[in-house]
Amino acid sequence: MPDSREPDAHARARKIRVHCEINGRATTLETYPMARLLDVLREQPGLTGTKEGCGEGECGACAVELDGALVNSCLVPAMQAVGAKIRTIEGVAGGNSPLRGEPLHDGQLSAIQQAFLTHGGAQCGICTPGMILAATNLLERNPQPSDAQIREGLAGNLCRCTGYTKIFESVVAACRATRPHAEPRR
Amino acid sequence: MRSYVPAYELQAPRDLSDVLERMTREPAVWKPFAGGTDLMVLLEAGKLPHRRFLSIWKLAELRGIEETPTYVTLGALTTYTDLRRNEVLAREFPLLCRAAAETGSVATQNRGTLGGNIANASPAADSPPALLVYEAALELVSAGGSRWVPYHGFWTGYKQTGLRADELICRIRLPRATHGWRQYYRKVGTRRAQAISKVCFAAAARIDAGRIADARIVLGSVAPTVLRAIETEKALRGEKLTPASLRAAQEVLALEIAPIDDMRSTARYRRRVALNLLAEFCEMLSA
Amino acid sequence: MPESRIIGTSVPRKEGREKVTGRARYVDDLSFPGMLYGTTVRSSKPRGRIRAIHFGPAVPWTEFTIVTAKDIPGKNCIALLIEDQPCLADEFVNHPEEAIVLLAHPDKYLLEEARRAVRIEIESLPAVFTIEDSLARKQVIWGEDNIFKSFHVEKGDVDAAWGAAEFLVEGDYETGAQEQLYIEPQGMIAQANPTDGVTVWGSLQCPYYVHKALVRLFGLQRDRIRVVQTETGGGFGGKEEYPSMLAGHAALLAWKSGKPIKMIYDRAEDMVATTKRHPSRTHHKTAVTRDGKLLAMEIDFTVDGGAYLTLSPVVLSRGTIHAAGPYNCPNVRIRSRAVATNMPPHGAFRGFGAPQSVFALERHLDRVAEVVGLPPEELRRRNFIHEGQTLAVHQVIRETVQMDRLMDRALELSGYHAKRQRFQEENPPNIIKRGIGFAAFLHGAGFTGSGEEYLASEAALDLTPEGRVRVFAGSTEMGQGTNTVFAQIVAETLGLGIDRIEIMQPDTAMVPNSGPTVASRTTMIVGKLVESAAHAVQKSLFDGGFLRPGYNADDFASACDKYIAKFGPLQSLIKYEHPADLHWDDATYTGDAYGAYAWAIYVAEVSVDTRTAEVRVEDFVAVQEVGKVINPVLAAGQIEGGVAQGIGFALYENVVWQEGRMSNGQMTNYIMPTSMDVPPIRVFFEEIPYARGPAGAKGIGELPLDGTAPAIANAIANATGTNVTRIPVTPEVLLEMLEGVHA
Repeated sequence: MPDSREPDAHARARKIRVHCEINGRATTLETYPMARLLDVLREQPGLTGTKEGCGEGECGACAVELDGALVNSCLVPAMQAVGAKIRTIEGVAGGNSPLRGEPLHDGQLSAIQQAFLTHGGAQCGICTPGMILAATNLLERNPQPSDAQIREGLAGNLCRCTGYTKIFESVVAACRATRPHAEPRR
Repeated sequence: MRSYVPAYELQAPRDLSDVLERMTREPAVWKPFAGGTDLMVLLEAGKLPHRRFLSIWKLAELRGIEETPTYVTLGALTTYTDLRRNEVLAREFPLLCRAAAETGSVATQNRGTLGGNIANASPAADSPPALLVYEAALELVSAGGSRWVPYHGFWTGYKQTGLRADELICRIRLPRATHGWRQYYRKVGTRRAQAISKVCFAAAARIDAGRIADARIVLGSVAPTVLRAIETEKALRGEKLTPASLRAAQEVLALEIAPIDDMRSTARYRRRVALNLLAEFCEMLSA
Repeated sequence: MPESRIIGTSVPRKEGREKVTGRARYVDDLSFPGMLYGTTVRSSKPRGRIRAIHFGPAVPWTEFTIVTAKDIPGKNCIALLIEDQPCLADEFVNHPEEAIVLLAHPDKYLLEEARRAVRIEIESLPAVFTIEDSLARKQVIWGEDNIFKSFHVEKGDVDAAWGAAEFLVEGDYETGAQEQLYIEPQGMIAQANPTDGVTVWGSLQCPYYVHKALVRLFGLQRDRIRVVQTETGGGFGGKEEYPSMLAGHAALLAWKSGKPIKMIYDRAEDMVATTKRHPSRTHHKTAVTRDGKLLAMEIDFTVDGGAYLTLSPVVLSRGTIHAAGPYNCPNVRIRSRAVATNMPPHGAFRGFGAPQSVFALERHLDRVAEVVGLPPEELRRRNFIHEGQTLAVHQVIRETVQMDRLMDRALELSGYHAKRQRFQEENPPNIIKRGIGFAAFLHGAGFTGSGEEYLASEAALDLTPEGRVRVFAGSTEMGQGTNTVFAQIVAETLGLGIDRIEIMQPDTAMVPNSGPTVASRTTMIVGKLVESAAHAVQKSLFDGGFLRPGYNADDFASACDKYIAKFGPLQSLIKYEHPADLHWDDATYTGDAYGAYAWAIYVAEVSVDTRTAEVRVEDFVAVQEVGKVINPVLAAGQIEGGVAQGIGFALYENVVWQEGRMSNGQMTNYIMPTSMDVPPIRVFFEEIPYARGPAGAKGIGELPLDGTAPAIANAIANATGTNVTRIPVTPEVLLEMLEGVHA
């Protein structure tokens, strides 16, 4: 087994080019194959919205959508993002796949973002990008989730500030805003 | 990040045979890398000494859930999300769906795979107890061919399996023989979600004329491997469900498991809870 | 009183848009040209003498900036209350995470390899890890006797009271360490050189604490040090004092390398090396009459401060003052001390000593009620303090106290009596036992006694010619709502829209020292300064004839424009003035401890699965009187978040220590509640305006940490009949207790 103290311990793998789509824009990332997608995203101009909270896939602050699936980007090696469609928090406002499938105007907040503002879903804000991605992903899969489904859908996103109450209220409010006449959930 | 990331190779093979060929040509040099939910955590912690990986994430040969009248067969790259969404599994193999739902979080479930979970061989894994209750079999492939092995006995020690250096887990096969079995799964973790288990108890039994005709009892987190409690099953087989037979089975179970103290829990707690979950299982059978 | 226009409304958070779009910039989001990454090499032993430092092979050391204690231009200390803590260990180490060597390099991956290649030879010295061993002076590791600080409070004549009591109840209580676990780990960026001085940007609560520490570390004049707070992802006290250490490290590397330095802790380092809540032990001895009247309380309270003094005297102070609670007891003795152990220093965490002593008290009083044969709420009611009576530290209560009413409300909202009855009936045959319990408590806002006077906080305000207001305060936003609340106060006072108010980034080059953002003081104390500053500029405009009452926004803008054209800058700076009627005696530790208290009753309902001893909080009601609520959503958010932290404190958050080192320093193994572990938290406010608070507001930030854990502990006791005396109540501990009960 290679020992980090051996002379070739710091030999490097070749960097690779990762062609992918980030928030609807074709991008090429040049990086080490095992570099975390989290780091590679954050190095891109204007994409520091995805956060590192733990580096072990526990806190969800690094959550992004990879080919439509919510993933913890700290656990995705860059090489596996080749050919992928990635959405980060920067792609939620004015983004292309909001609830109901209607495109938002550039910079227009999504229903979930607006609800977080109105209902106090963000305090310090560090968990907020991952939380909004998780909530967005949840509501796109299940537009009228029950209370239990909301809690479960967000269980991978840790928040230390809010106690989750107002995050929960924000998500419920966003559901109502997009389907005001829907049957009440349970 | 406590590893020297630039030294790690992760390459995309053309297809499954390409992977197998390379694993045969350079034994123990290349290891498979699926969803990364275990390996990347080790990388982050500076605990991944192996440096060269082949990404199998996109290999179609390892995906898919197939049904025949006798079996449901899962590709090794079946994710926990895939398990949760499958109707046949929900009907006939509910313990596996329960396990998947209690593994990590939505984000982990989208990337964690059954094959990866089996290969990682943690005694605290959530799905293996269910797989063992269902008497799963594994198809292991190499450049030289393939072989089916029972999952029971695949585990050879703490985080060790019978997987050879040139082999890959290809499929997991579940016999569709659960009809009439009462099934039970409970994971006792550190909290309600995203928890590593302190004790995991998966069991199934067939009741006939008030007696336990057959039972399968599997526990996680109470031994170096996930443990099928064969002796406890024997103690219950043929018995009526009475407080006395339960107590007797509990005594056997207490000796059959080997829980330890670690940073999550204590041997004492694990032992007591294992016995209590056996009681809960039996209670369910009586109801 | 005129109707409020903005005060009392849930104005959306000022910086909310940035936060929900991912545009808010935290320290790790910033980058400087030529920036290097920095890292820390730490001790491997809890106590010892440094013999040698070896730099391993296979690392190109000439590419690295290497800093040790010898490179410190000023004094090798992190100046806080005293200067006992080194910035970098020089000859001795006193805890197993003590920083010894700093490294910097442009490649963060290679940097980590280098860190692992540094081997520090330490000759071990015997170490002390428990309060018991420290008090027994198995080793004297700090000062003469391991005692950082002690207090002795006397009220009445405790010794005479023992004989007169029908009941005497004693109990021992323990709380464990708790990690703040802000989701954004600690981080700093520094630029430093002898010509320009030192500038740091980072995640922090108290820019002027960092400033003071850097002045001492570098031996520079105060105007050569600049500290800027970046958007901070949670603090809870964990970023009160520790950032001074990290800033010192980053600045030393910057000083030596001549390059900007970024140091961001990963979660593992943050968890093990930074401060945690002080573990505590409390002994209660209580004399009570047959009627349930408290005759005497003798309280012995000890906290474990870790290796250096840091803030332990102040944690001890708050814990001591809160130890006897919101009760009228004629005879009280409190003896308390903070002791040294060879663990990383413990520090500020929301509540700051009070959660520890209040846990002991409220759990103990339920026990007392049991012994006396009274329902626990009745015991409290018979002893609640009223206006005109005195607390243990002799403070005469001069505000309206309605603990009885809060109790009525809390019990009603939680369905307490009906549930208590129902659970008693339904529990015996059930595997799942249910219980309901409460805690009654108070929390003083602001610094204790003469503290606010000593802080001498300032806040300033100026106006632009366009009539926009800029608020200058050293108070930081870290999610609790500082920016928004200040803006609301100013907007209300000046009759403007909230979008006309700008809160300036806390930058010591620009804002005055408003004191630290701690101690539930930001709204009540600094908010008042901000309100006064707004009044002052308004007065200037009125007095100068530029403005008349009943003005609108355009009038205001025009007035500012004219004033500035004529007189120059339109600004005000307000300094804190200690109320003349508040007196505190540091020698006897008695007097007016706090200007105002928030009062509360929290009720927790739990279910306990007796097969696994897992506890679930099923419902939680938090009722509190807090003065004027400035922003209901923000205020409720503070309570909800605090309750969730209290649930963690009570049930989940267990630091596993091994030879002074935290061995479960990952989020997988240090358990904080997820969304599935927290019930809906129901928050209710009562408002009795506090005359000295802005718009009548008091402080609330720490309050929820005091009452949550004891309410849960009391509920568990109710559910299971076990005497919970220690938190966290892990299933492992509870299962043993349950078996003891049934044995």
